[in-house]
Amino acid sequence: MALRRQIRVGSQWMYADEAHKALREALRVMEDEKAAEGHGGHHQSFIRRYVFSTDHKWIGIQYGFTALLFLLLGFCLMILMRLQLGWPGQAFSIMKVLGESRAPGGVLLPEAYNQLGAMHGTIMIFLGIVPLAVGAFGNYLVPLQIGAPDMAFPKLNMASYWCYFPGGLIMLASFLAPGGTAQSGWTSYPPLSVIASQGQTWWLIGMVFLITSSLLGSVNFIVTIIQLRAKGLTYMRFPFFVHAQFVTSFLLLLAFPPLEAAAVLQLMDRIAGTSFFLPSGLVVSGQALANAGGGNPLLWQHLFWFLAHPEVYVLILPAMGIVAEIIANNTRKPLWGYKSMVFATVFLGFMSFVVWAHHMFLTGMGTTISAFFQTTTMIISIPSVIILSSLFISLWGGSIRFNTPMLFALAFLPMFGIGGLTGLPLGLAASDIHLHDTYYVIGHFHYVVAPGTIFAMFAGIYYWFPKATGRKLNDFWGKVHFWVSFVCINGIFFPMFAQGLAGVSRRLYDGGMQYAHAKEIASQTNPFMSICAIGLLAAQVPFILNFFYNAIAAAMGRRDEGLGSNPWQATTMEWTATTSPPLAHGNFEVLPMVYRGPYEYSVPGETAEYIPQNMPLAEPAPRGGSLLPATAVAMREN
Amino acid sequence: MDAHASAGHAELEIPYNVHPRPDTGLYNGKLGVWLFLASEVMLFGALFSSLILLRTGAESWPRGYEFLNVKLATFNTFILILSSVTVVMAWSHLRLGDLKKGRIYISATVLCALIFLTAKAFEYSHEFQEGRFPKTNNFLAIYFTMTGLHGLHILGGVIVFLYFLGPGAKMWAKEPERYTNRIEIVGLYWHFVDLVWIFLFPILYLM
Amino acid sequence: MTDPAAAVEPGVDVHEHAGVGDPNAHHSPEQIRKEMKVYLTVFVGLAILTAVTVGACYGLNLPVHQAILVALIIASIKGFLVAGFFMHLLSEKKVIYGVLILTVIFFIFLMTLPISHHANPFGS
Repeated sequence: MALRRQIRVGSQWMYADEAHKALREALRVMEDEKAAEGHGGHHQSFIRRYVFSTDHKWIGIQYGFTALLFLLLGFCLMILMRLQLGWPGQAFSIMKVLGESRAPGGVLLPEAYNQLGAMHGTIMIFLGIVPLAVGAFGNYLVPLQIGAPDMAFPKLNMASYWCYFPGGLIMLASFLAPGGTAQSGWTSYPPLSVIASQGQTWWLIGMVFLITSSLLGSVNFIVTIIQLRAKGLTYMRFPFFVHAQFVTSFLLLLAFPPLEAAAVLQLMDRIAGTSFFLPSGLVVSGQALANAGGGNPLLWQHLFWFLAHPEVYVLILPAMGIVAEIIANNTRKPLWGYKSMVFATVFLGFMSFVVWAHHMFLTGMGTTISAFFQTTTMIISIPSVIILSSLFISLWGGSIRFNTPMLFALAFLPMFGIGGLTGLPLGLAASDIHLHDTYYVIGHFHYVVAPGTIFAMFAGIYYWFPKATGRKLNDFWGKVHFWVSFVCINGIFFPMFAQGLAGVSRRLYDGGMQYAHAKEIASQTNPFMSICAIGLLAAQVPFILNFFYNAIAAAMGRRDEGLGSNPWQATTMEWTATTSPPLAHGNFEVLPMVYRGPYEYSVPGETAEYIPQNMPLAEPAPRGGSLLPATAVAMREN
Repeated sequence: MDAHASAGHAELEIPYNVHPRPDTGLYNGKLGVWLFLASEVMLFGALFSSLILLRTGAESWPRGYEFLNVKLATFNTFILILSSVTVVMAWSHLRLGDLKKGRIYISATVLCALIFLTAKAFEYSHEFQEGRFPKTNNFLAIYFTMTGLHGLHILGGVIVFLYFLGPGAKMWAKEPERYTNRIEIVGLYWHFVDLVWIFLFPILYLM
Repeated sequence: MTDPAAAVEPGVDVHEHAGVGDPNAHHSPEQIRKEMKVYLTVFVGLAILTAVTVGACYGLNLPVHQAILVALIIASIKGFLVAGFFMHLLSEKKVIYGVLILTVIFFIFLMTLPISHHANPFGS
């Protein structure tokens, strides 16, 4: 009840509203009882409820579980690779899980290493992070944050998940294909990918499923945000997370189709024998290819990076959104420079479509085009810096609560900073000549996505877990998870910069031991990095136990007593306008209305420490219709 | 866990499902289909872009009219334009409250689509008989890829139209406005498929 | 934007002010019949343009570049007719214009792809 005292602004009408609420609640209970008596069909079948659900909350949870499992799988593939890189050519009994054809006697074969590398990238990006960031967090939170009863197209939402899931299964099944799974890297550059074994075809078909899923999802998000936002929720009152999801959806909508086209073309090359990506006169293993030729391998690279550069921002924008929410909440201050962050996000999304060829400086592009793309690349760093700086400055003068989500969110800032800044030399054509395709590149983008995006995902999981389950994750084990992960992850990725600057190429099966210039640094750093990777795996154990213990307890109906529906004292509507977990049918009893900006923490001159977005202005009192959340919710729970 | 029990049924009230939201002036489905079409623009755009890149990079490029069946393709163009008209006519009649005429026009659209696909099948089999396959050269590769993908879009449209003629038409009795909206939406998609063909036809057959 | 009273106006029933979803839906039956005539006119125009584009291909015997230009101009006019009238884009809402403008911009970026590829090969 401390909650209630805090936000009472001291007007009589609040009590009247409570009475109103209580009456409504009583009516609702009566209706429910009547419905339960009237016909047994009120309860939906298990399949409609938990498998082919159309409820955005459950679909979000489905996405979340699936994506987390894929993340773990992608990480395990990485552990196998790191074992090989740390101690090349040694036998490990764990390698035997890959089978005799890939790891005879526990020694990884080079082609199997390529398979692991390609699938690690594919699984992490397309099956792990994007579904987690957009499918899970976006699905669960966006309708709640904008005061919508569900997504605009619930059935489409279900279809989106059920395109993603088979897509993931096809990717997994490709390991069983003759000749193994895809092994041309997550970028699948032709001609290599066109002449690769059958697994590549499965990869392409899986990608078509995943792209379709993303398209369905992005249409749904955009329509939901534009059409279903609550009354009074103008664009500049959106929580930053909603802005991030909004821009992300546009990126998915408009950048993915070119990759779909490219995937269709590559499928044609592989199945129908066309030569879209095969130049004339190609000789493979000493034999001339029978194809007609006349194609262009760079066409794939253009189409691929036309998607994949916006994709980078698909990976990072939701993460920034999550971090922004958590920082505002735990500094108990509004975000500094909210408006410039929003415009920076929009600009970032826009510019991300004109930088793609900076991945291709070494493909024989001329200096004029290189100069153009390096200029746009330098420009696109500006909005990223604006967002990151605003988040840093938001910390200034705050009385910061260092709980687990906040630790992860705080770690995101310098980690993403390192990742972003190390990208600048790669965006300049001259320095890229030296750094291209070295471990420096690996270090750069892993700093962005691993201790960057994935840490933000962890922050989000710790922060919104009480929302979805009514239980808090254990804070002590959360902190153990954080600190060990933080140390280990830097131990993996930081030496990569040194390796790359020394000229160690990426994708080498032995980590560079075969090259004189790379041998020394590889032997000095690789075992250490591999040990850190194992440490990182160990650090996930407390998280996994913490997560599943609490999830199962919640599923059995055990809630944290006294946690309340707004445990972080947040202002945004997913916390303030409904219970935790939210109501099943339509999220809210009455669709909320919005009266103020998203982050009214510590507002000068107000007695309340924070003011929910849907809290009416003091005068005049609204008549009916509006839901006075925290108090009403407190009543419900009592 | 009961909190996760999904609403599941269509009864769950999603706002602006049928009527437009006042400030945007749109109902959800219409915005949705335009966004979908935007992504389709990028899909076919990427293929057109690939075509340009391959053609400008090629030493020689066959001219479609030298061996493709332009007469049949011109006929198909007429048929597809006709089917676009029948869709808007169906929609107009539904707006006037005339389900019977609306259904007649939708059936006409389906008929046009089937004629188009049949003609296309004849064209394909003729090319195959003449020994022209996707793998023969890059022109034929892009020809088969683009017309094939376009044909799949036609097929998808036919399935949706048939649904709205059959089980989907039940909605008219209860929610005529919603049914009319749905025909508008699938119509927008159909016009887009027509639009793609309007560009495919000269680019593949006449240049 | 900062005035909540303007943004929140409870008690306004949206449905009373809107017709069948479409911007033209509140049109009277006469207007809809008039539109149907427009559709038929557009159809005739499209049919004629189809004939023209085939005729131009065979009749004029233009060099490749000009033939491409003529065919694309005619196709664009046809495209405009379909989008403008059949898809009633000429009387559409702002949000949809916004989405389409964005798409057109990115479509242009996509079309610059071959240009960026061929325009300036290394060493030229």
